[in-house]
Amino acid sequence: MVEHRRWNDILAYAILTFGVFIVVFPVYVALIASTHDAATVVNGNMPMLPGSHTLENYYRAIFVGGSRASREPVGHMLMNSFVMAMGIALGKIVISILSAYAVVYFRFPFRQTAFWIIFVTLMLPVEVRIYPTYKVIADLKMLDTYAGLILPLIASATGTLLFRQFFMTIPDELLEASRIDGAGPFRFFKDTLLPLSVTTMAALFVIQFIYGWNQYLWPLLITTQESMQTIVTGIKKMLTTTDELAEWQLAMATAILAMVPPVAVVVFMQRRFVRGLVETEK
Amino acid sequence: MEKSAVFKGKLLPYLLLVPQLVITLVFFYWPASQAVWQSFLREDAFGLNSEFIGLENYQALLAQPEYYKAMATTVVFSSLVAALSLSIALLFATQADKNLKAAPTFKVMMIWPYAVAPAVAGVLWLFIFHPSLGTMARPLRMMGFNWNPMLNGNHAMALVVMAAVWKQIAYNFLFFLAGLQAIPRSVLEAGAIDGAGPYRRFWTITFPLLSPTTFFLLVVNVVYVFFDTFGIIDAVTGGGPAGATTTMVYKVYADGRLGGDLGGSAAQSVILMVIVIVLTAIQFRYVERKVQY
Amino acid sequence: MIRPQFALATLFACTLALASPAQAVTEIQWWHAMTGGNNDIVNKLAADFNASQPDYKVVPTFKGSYPDTMNAGIAAFRAGTAPHILQVFEVGTATMMSAKGAVKPVYQLMKDAGEPFDPNNYLPAITGYYSTSKGEMLSFPFNSSSMVMWVNLDALKKANIAEIPKTWPEVFEGAKKLKAAGYATCGFSNAWATWANIEQFSAWHNVPIGTKANGLDGFDTELKFNSPLHVQHLQTLIELQKDKTYDYSGRANASESRFGSGECPLFMTSSGYYATAKGTAKFAFTSVPMPYYPDVTGAPQNSIIGGASLWVMGGKKPEEYKGIAKFFSFLSDTDRQAKLHQESGYLPITKAAYEKTKADGFYDKNPILQTPLKELTNKEPTENSRGLRFGNMVQLRDVWSEEIEAALGGQKTAQQALDTAVSRGNAMLRTFEKTAK
Repeated sequence: MVEHRRWNDILAYAILTFGVFIVVFPVYVALIASTHDAATVVNGNMPMLPGSHTLENYYRAIFVGGSRASREPVGHMLMNSFVMAMGIALGKIVISILSAYAVVYFRFPFRQTAFWIIFVTLMLPVEVRIYPTYKVIADLKMLDTYAGLILPLIASATGTLLFRQFFMTIPDELLEASRIDGAGPFRFFKDTLLPLSVTTMAALFVIQFIYGWNQYLWPLLITTQESMQTIVTGIKKMLTTTDELAEWQLAMATAILAMVPPVAVVVFMQRRFVRGLVETEK
Repeated sequence: MEKSAVFKGKLLPYLLLVPQLVITLVFFYWPASQAVWQSFLREDAFGLNSEFIGLENYQALLAQPEYYKAMATTVVFSSLVAALSLSIALLFATQADKNLKAAPTFKVMMIWPYAVAPAVAGVLWLFIFHPSLGTMARPLRMMGFNWNPMLNGNHAMALVVMAAVWKQIAYNFLFFLAGLQAIPRSVLEAGAIDGAGPYRRFWTITFPLLSPTTFFLLVVNVVYVFFDTFGIIDAVTGGGPAGATTTMVYKVYADGRLGGDLGGSAAQSVILMVIVIVLTAIQFRYVERKVQY
Repeated sequence: MIRPQFALATLFACTLALASPAQAVTEIQWWHAMTGGNNDIVNKLAADFNASQPDYKVVPTFKGSYPDTMNAGIAAFRAGTAPHILQVFEVGTATMMSAKGAVKPVYQLMKDAGEPFDPNNYLPAITGYYSTSKGEMLSFPFNSSSMVMWVNLDALKKANIAEIPKTWPEVFEGAKKLKAAGYATCGFSNAWATWANIEQFSAWHNVPIGTKANGLDGFDTELKFNSPLHVQHLQTLIELQKDKTYDYSGRANASESRFGSGECPLFMTSSGYYATAKGTAKFAFTSVPMPYYPDVTGAPQNSIIGGASLWVMGGKKPEEYKGIAKFFSFLSDTDRQAKLHQESGYLPITKAAYEKTKADGFYDKNPILQTPLKELTNKEPTENSRGLRFGNMVQLRDVWSEEIEAALGGQKTAQQALDTAVSRGNAMLRTFEKTAK
């Protein structure tokens, strides 16, 4: 910085610490709530220090399920979320790197048309066409299947655009060089483009994994069986009660469990995450 | 922006495009056209009989005060979330941009809420501000503040805004920080030599230089509020009280629920799609410009 | 491709070997919305039925809240994947009834399957709600309840209230005393905003919610609940809301915990809250009939039921229908009904189960469970208290709740809010009338 004044740094630390406090506070409360028993949480006067029911709550959340709030344990919900997030991330990478390759490295009739067909989908999320999409999935007999959970969510242009932009930055000389070596489109793709794209793929993977993991409305609608539920929708169902009390301590334990995988991805793959975020949006 | 060196394949490019095109056509264009078609129909919940009624659904929708209310709610919600999350994120980003030793740590601590699902964020905030069991609700009451998100539309709005802002700060923070770090130090130093204090330097030099980032974030934030906040609203307020937190997307869902008014819901989908296509076009022009410099 | 085939063949062989004793078990999917203790009851019922015979297997699945469950059922029907049995809450009745072809009426089901079935064995106060005007039972009542007022007896003592309030003026007065005695945030309250303040309120005071016997006699019904009595009641609540003598608790029942936690000492909600109250309340409590305005002639009339019934979906195989019919007979068994009633707090659906519970002296020990029955049978039902049947009732309730919230939030007067609720509701009823031909 231009001038190093002490108070300036102290102020910065103070503001940032306050910021971190705001960011952490709700999660801290949830974490605390997940360590108490139901009665302590419900009476509205929960202490701000951990209670003694941590193991019991998490054990019940993962393996047993609620006794009063009717639902299945979240163990397999975590699994479903994982499959869905992976499917979306990998599926999107595969289809969009291929289509971007076609759009950037080939000249063919209707190239612009194809590009626009894909591009229009850029910002139209599944929410705006929710009921018709449901009908399509039903007609294709994909309700309660991973395919039904995954496919409609990879129908968007972000990945294609990202790879397109990345390919544009690759110097033409590389293509010329591999041409001279006698490489065709397959070899160029495999030997040159793929290795160069690894970081971009990783970045897209992180973003799409989080996107897939955090889906809410779509899985809520198309999963009719408990066994296909994802953890994010499971939390809401846990708080839905008919003539019964919600078990907030289990809901909070589940919320924590639902947060851990995507947050871990962000924290441990920070650099790729930042890159993915900045580049998918630019 | 075109490559000058390309392959000549005839069939290959189409093969490469097939997976993406098939998925887009089946899961995007087909349902989207179904939505358009359905917006001209009146149908019962079970789809046993349906009738073509032309533009009646649109007429009914545009005659509904609740629809305009949902539009207004969406605008208010978007502006609040965008304004708050942008300014808070900018504040934090400028602080983190100072060469602090702990800056990287703060950065990680700031960005992880991005990974929290909106619905989960909603549940967290609902729990803290739950009128009868929330940790914060009791102190509010003791201070004589009549906190009641269940009945007071402003309180409910405040609650969903808090959750939405909380989640969005991370995203805006990252982009602002990247933007700040891209500003050449020499420019700021020149400002300092001219005798401008840090405060003035920020508003006369930094902020204008950040404006492309700010504009970009504005569009992204609006789109975020339009769609991604569905989970927050559904988990926290269910659109209530008295429709105070019913946004346009939430209304699409709520009106079509239980097959109550699928035609009206489809008509709203169509209107939303048009709005978003316009937003996309705006952003695309912006994106293209950005790529060029 | 050798391995998968081999694996399949092995699997097939194993399945055959395993399946031979219980060959061709017909599965019956049952989607329901029961949580907590009631969910356990559902699972136990299914398990008991499955163990009682070898041919059919009932598979219960929890689908979320009542509206969620109904939504899932309708969506699944449109997709051709409807369950066999769908639990639908009482307000969904009109929607289900009008869906000819989508549902199979229970009386028809029993007849086709040749199951012994006499509608006269069931309590008319309950089955009337789910039957045609000719008395043909369309859906099978599963969990029925009514609205009662739950009372925190310790709180009354603390506030020196000698007698449990019976009328609305007594409730208002009592709530003020309770508030002064330390229940500062909630003198009294209710769950289910419209069920309490519009539907039950109307029936209990023998005033119409809508014309055509609240829609029972036809879909061309018009809403009427903006009468002076309704307006007066809502206006009073608006006044009391200002200082929290009354405090609004939302559209559904998520806030029932306000009674159990001791926050709201007087709380109107379903009689089905019994199991939870028993489990959570750390004070002496009871339930009494809903309050009424003594200056209204004929009040109290009788209450109407809530809860849910089981609808049989159309387009299934005869063999499956046979299983469903057997399952309904199984549910109607007297001992089973009596036990269900005593454990869950929901109402018994057969006369025999009611008589048995009475004869066992159960109500002497548990008067709370008799409160809703007393309310339902308080007087011979009239046009205004037989029940209600409005199309798109779920959405209607949302609209009515919105208006009630606007009124209690101080944005509208009671008159404005109820007028808008009626006119918006009528518009929705007309749309429904057009689609339900």
